[in-house]
Amino acid sequence: MSGHESTYEPKLGITKWLDSRLPIVRLAHDSFVDFPTPKNLNYWYTFGGILAVCLAIQIITGVVLAMHYTASVDEAFGSVERIMRDVPFGWLIRNIHMVGASMFFLAVYVHMFRGLYYGSYKAPREVLWLLGCVIFLLMMATAFLGYMLPWGQMSLHGANVIINLFGAIPLVGESIQSWLMGGPSVGNQTLQRFFSLHYLLPFMIAGVVILHIWALHVPGNNNPTGKEVQDVEKDTVPFHPYYTVKDGFAIVVFLIIFAVFVFYAPNVLGHADNYIEANPLVTPAHIVPEWYLLPFYAILRAITFNIGPIEAKLLGVIFMFGSIAVLFLLPWLDTSKVKSMRYRPVAKQFFFGFVVACLLLSWCGAENPDNPIIKMGEDKLVVNYTDAAGLEGSRVFEEYAPASQFRDETAAAGGTASLGIQVAPAFRFLHLSQLMTLYYFAYFLIILPFLGLRERPKGEPDSIHHSILGNDAPAAAPAE
Amino acid sequence: MNLLRPLFAGLGALALSLAADAAGGAKKAEAPESGWPFAKVPAGQLDKESLQRGFQVYKEVCAACHGMELLSYRNLGEKGGPFYSDEYPNANDNPLVKAIAAEYEILDATPDEFGDPVFRPAVPADTFRSPYPNDQAARAANGGALPPDLSVITKARGKGAEGDGATYVYALLKGYPDFDKIKFKEDEEGNFINYLEFDKGETVGELIQPIGVYYNPYFAGDTTPQWDGDPRHKPYGGFIAMPAQLPDGRVEYMDGTEATTAQMAYDVAMFLHWAGDPKQTQRKSMALPVMLYLVFLSILLWFSYKRIWRNVAH
Repeated sequence: MSGHESTYEPKLGITKWLDSRLPIVRLAHDSFVDFPTPKNLNYWYTFGGILAVCLAIQIITGVVLAMHYTASVDEAFGSVERIMRDVPFGWLIRNIHMVGASMFFLAVYVHMFRGLYYGSYKAPREVLWLLGCVIFLLMMATAFLGYMLPWGQMSLHGANVIINLFGAIPLVGESIQSWLMGGPSVGNQTLQRFFSLHYLLPFMIAGVVILHIWALHVPGNNNPTGKEVQDVEKDTVPFHPYYTVKDGFAIVVFLIIFAVFVFYAPNVLGHADNYIEANPLVTPAHIVPEWYLLPFYAILRAITFNIGPIEAKLLGVIFMFGSIAVLFLLPWLDTSKVKSMRYRPVAKQFFFGFVVACLLLSWCGAENPDNPIIKMGEDKLVVNYTDAAGLEGSRVFEEYAPASQFRDETAAAGGTASLGIQVAPAFRFLHLSQLMTLYYFAYFLIILPFLGLRERPKGEPDSIHHSILGNDAPAAAPAE
Repeated sequence: MNLLRPLFAGLGALALSLAADAAGGAKKAEAPESGWPFAKVPAGQLDKESLQRGFQVYKEVCAACHGMELLSYRNLGEKGGPFYSDEYPNANDNPLVKAIAAEYEILDATPDEFGDPVFRPAVPADTFRSPYPNDQAARAANGGALPPDLSVITKARGKGAEGDGATYVYALLKGYPDFDKIKFKEDEEGNFINYLEFDKGETVGELIQPIGVYYNPYFAGDTTPQWDGDPRHKPYGGFIAMPAQLPDGRVEYMDGTEATTAQMAYDVAMFLHWAGDPKQTQRKSMALPVMLYLVFLSILLWFSYKRIWRNVAH
């Protein structure tokens, strides 16, 4: 925390020598050993450490994979399989990297929801939040680029869908599209640039993570009460050993879940179609992104209507990027002075509604938008016919027998008739995704700005130590 | 939580509608009754004898049209493979694997000193010989359909859970209708056409089987155009270019097992499951020790946490 005096004392000759030239050991000591951290952080606060572990795992496994991978449309698919078959422990490294991407996003979503709930984006932590949003954007780009590399069917056609989005941008869209693809279509040159960028971006993430930690250590951690530290002695403990052990425990529990996927179900988080080698001439029946991008995909597909001169396709792209852009504005959208939703009884309900909306959007993203959720009535049969006199018409039937009888009779009388299904009206995934998209944006643009002005907070404690001990209890003995 | 009530109601309805929606498309494939031995938690393993029989089915039946270009003959003798032997930790020395490889004549990658192509018997290091020189030849020999490479077919089907792909292969191979269910009739122009009769539940009617393709309820597709009954209750599945391949007794198992359709489908699905992920034996042997280690470590850390924080209210 800024203003906290350094307690580092170099003892050895060499550390003294180094400290007066490059105080890097002092920096590490002040940041990760003696850093004063609120006592009341719960397990939701361990995901920062978990994410650091995730990034390290992805970079280490990724560097090893890159030693064996071949970025070429003829060889990429086979080279990934060869890693799993012939490289010593290649199956383990590749499974970890593949599952690791999912685990990384799982952790980042928990981390972000935690920030939303406890108001960690509010002053004085706006820059911390913005840097987090930048990391999230970079992660999505990296994951998307990486998904292309095994050169399976979903790699190719998923990349096509995403790159085509840029084509919706007026005037410059097509130029951007061919600039991204490096040619007229997704091909070898695209795969090579995606590989290059997939190797580059994680190190940019690592760089922004350093800034993120720096921005965390200036104001210090937020905490579940949302109250700033008032008394370092009463409110905080040093990071080490208190939080190294607590984070350590959480990290190992997280690794257990990680290992369950790596060893028992390495492919369950991916899509089977990606084990079919990419073929530009065959389009998969359903193109879906990896699970962690599904909410954004659902928002993209929810916009099926034009607004004024803006066409649905462009509008979908605007909404999809808007759903992330709005996160960058969040610190200035939420008007409430109270940080933690513990003490915001109304906002809390809207927050849980927001979590449910995100989960439902993921579901919508995975399903065909036309599939019904709740059917209103039964499907009927409709016979379209042209009778012998040349009159066209159609008749609707509930039962098959009279429908087929009518069709056959019309045909026998010299006309033509065909039988089809009249689909019953239904509440479809499209409708659910539209509702949830509406809620997603309303949460940020309407609920948080206006609720903060009207809501009466309840039961906010005076300080961190008051919340820990109850208002009347005496101050605790300092930690040993 | 009043706000959330309609959302939860929606979730409930969603679960119901999903259960009903399973009727569309292909029939859900079901694993063999005894389950797959390799899918058992915590350390399921492949059945080696079944793998050997499965390789025999592949070699004598499937290999006529389907290649496995990601596999080498040596894989057969590697740990977890059908012909692994403790005596030959290096599969290239395994006489059984050498003998299997030598049955195939392949084009050497290196031409002779005059630049002419060299054909020679395969060695364990060579990849499986493909039945066709290229995709065009494969299509020409199969009525325009391309028999897919089977190297990773079990990973490319199902939803990715352990054994999903094997279940699909198993269900598909034994899912063809019995020969006596396929009937013939003459159309107005005097051509013979094949059809199947359905009379169970609401799916009542005739399904015409076009020439050159075969009905299979587990194959993804659409039966609507060939169905003359109620289109709301069309049969599951679609039409596949591969005819039924495993009538009872199609192969004669060397170990004396009776070669029923179900047995051959089971064995070849097991073999293809191994081929799609030949290092799975290592993965499953390592799984339990890793889990135990992590659980033990987490317990240690839990007690360390309790001890370090014991005097700090938090």
